[in-house]
Amino acid sequence: MMGKTLYDKLWDSHVVRELPDGTCLLYIDRHLVHEVTSPQAFAGLRAAGRRLWRRDANLAVADHNVPTKDRALGIRDATSRVQIETLDRNCADFGVTLFAMNDPRQGIVHVVGPEQGATLPGMTIVCGDSHTSTHGAFGALAHGIGTSEVEQVLATQCLLQKRAKPMRVRLEGRVPEGVTAKDLALAVIGRIGTAGGTGHAIEFAGPAVRALSMEGRMTLCNMAIEAGARAGLVGVDDTTVAYLANRPFAPRGALWEQAVAAWRDLHSDEDAVFAREVMIDAQTLSPQVTWGTSPEMVVGVAERVPDPAAEPDAARRAGMVAALAYMDLKPGTPMVDVPIDVVFIGSCTNARLEDLRAAAHMVRGRRVATGVRALVVPGSGLVKKAAEAEGLDRVFVEAGFEWRDAGCSMCLAMNADRLEAGERCASTSNRNFEGRQGAGGRTHLVSPAMAAAAAVAGHFVDVRGW
Amino acid sequence: MDAFEKLTALVVPLDRVNVDTDAIIPKQYLKAIGRAGFGANLFDNWRYLDAGEGRTDAERRPNPEFVLNKPRYQGAQILLARANFGCGSSREHAPWALLEYGIRAIIAPSFADIFFNNSLKNGLLPIIVPDAVVDRLFRDVEATPGYAVTVDLVSEAVVLPDGTRVPFQIDPFRRECILRGLDDVGWTLQYEADIKQYEERRRIEAPWLFTAE
Ligand code: SF4
Repeated sequence: MMGKTLYDKLWDSHVVRELPDGTCLLYIDRHLVHEVTSPQAFAGLRAAGRRLWRRDANLAVADHNVPTKDRALGIRDATSRVQIETLDRNCADFGVTLFAMNDPRQGIVHVVGPEQGATLPGMTIVCGDSHTSTHGAFGALAHGIGTSEVEQVLATQCLLQKRAKPMRVRLEGRVPEGVTAKDLALAVIGRIGTAGGTGHAIEFAGPAVRALSMEGRMTLCNMAIEAGARAGLVGVDDTTVAYLANRPFAPRGALWEQAVAAWRDLHSDEDAVFAREVMIDAQTLSPQVTWGTSPEMVVGVAERVPDPAAEPDAARRAGMVAALAYMDLKPGTPMVDVPIDVVFIGSCTNARLEDLRAAAHMVRGRRVATGVRALVVPGSGLVKKAAEAEGLDRVFVEAGFEWRDAGCSMCLAMNADRLEAGERCASTSNRNFEGRQGAGGRTHLVSPAMAAAAAVAGHFVDVRGW
Repeated sequence: MDAFEKLTALVVPLDRVNVDTDAIIPKQYLKAIGRAGFGANLFDNWRYLDAGEGRTDAERRPNPEFVLNKPRYQGAQILLARANFGCGSSREHAPWALLEYGIRAIIAPSFADIFFNNSLKNGLLPIIVPDAVVDRLFRDVEATPGYAVTVDLVSEAVVLPDGTRVPFQIDPFRRECILRGLDDVGWTLQYEADIKQYEERRRIEAPWLFTAE
């Protein structure tokens, strides 16, 4: 018999029932809930007089709208406040475990889940947020869902799904100094495009992936959705198991041993066949910077802003022209000559302890350039605490960064943290869409080290040999 | 969800690739806790010349250059779009905004997966047709004021004004749901016994997944 891909193993173990046309009723083990995409779902349950199918499968946290400073003062924006209070009330009414805004464990849902061990290998994990792909780093089948699906999972613990096609991206070789998981993710998207993974679940494999920490693997899977794939995956190995040991929601004792034994099978079989394979030599990659309004519009930091005139495809050329106009960039400009106004180090892509360490390493003993506004927003309250225990907060504050409380913050600017029109930002987040970080704001996606270095220099710099 | 069988309507062309959900409905409008009220802010950044916050919709200045604001496309219910439409966030507010504005079907060469799913669940029809057909439609729509097509979900075809039938496919299960206006929760609960049986099996196979309660 032909071997199975990791995706197939995960899928097959969760099918409750298959319909003749291939649509499956898929069982969901873990449902993460946040304030933006859940109110209409809870309202739907109330209207129909329905209860939760399984309370303990749900874990809720407020992240998108929360203020990142002066929390004791409450939320000033009335609509944000109502949305967060609605989450609090819904969780109380329906019996869902909630890390409320002032809980020390509060943070971005995709940082909190793994940190708590609520994300486990072999699970199906969903959340009303597209970056749920992050959790695939643990060998779990994890993807974003819409609000109707949030309601369906709350009420039935199941989703109606069609099997995706398994795709493998192999990252060969050793990652050079100064190149991080974020750069790998951007390089993959640059190669296959933002629709390159549509209809597929992307498994990241190869020695460069194996060598990544769990934090790095999460960064990579986080951005699978930016390549069009709902799910990213990495097979389980010792790194995965070591990360999970003794996490609050992870199993213990004999159950832990039993679980680990089962998790050892969570990788693609040697002879598994993928619908599509892409190979990238990680050794040749450099730190990446996006120049446009889509994550696929990316170049190495030593390169220049590309020229649309060289693009043969008319629709793509028009897209490039529009992006350059929005970004106010001229073709041919070296990326290192592009000045920046704001630096944002945060988001579910790059706000874990390892990310903050990498950024702090670049700014230690240096100062943020005059005129640059820089902020660090840890991914969770626990990341913040751990960073403070190492003195990273002091490194940042002494360099002139603001040190904030955990939340999504300027990744999508639903709270008070945002770009003003025309401001240019070096951001460790995942989307550079028009207006994403504030109406008229211009976003360049980079790694934490690249963002931190740009804060000091006032423009992009090549962190290799900095 | 409103049932959908057949619709003949004006087509409005949006000639951009990778239209993301932030563009369809920007995040500052996602704070509502209901499902209504998003239509006024559909394509907000492109549709208006001024920022929305702090102003009522009546006070805002529409951008006359944006295609949805052109008089010839008023009342359009079918959106013609380019590749990878709906990429980005999972917000279901995107199909809600499109539907509330009046769009019932989108014709494009490809869609982002989550948007595609969210649309079907709300009875907004995402129709995939080949690139060449999309190119032709863009040319025809722009050249012909009042250009309308018929979307027929029963026979799974878009019928052009000259009678050309362009076939498309929707999963049979989804098609049935949309034709009948059925919601997923009610449908799934028919299988309550299967779900319980599955859970019992998993409790034995993978007990660590059930320890939290
Ligand atoms: S940090 Fe950004 S991408 Fe991640 S969940 Fe929050 S808003 Fe979404």
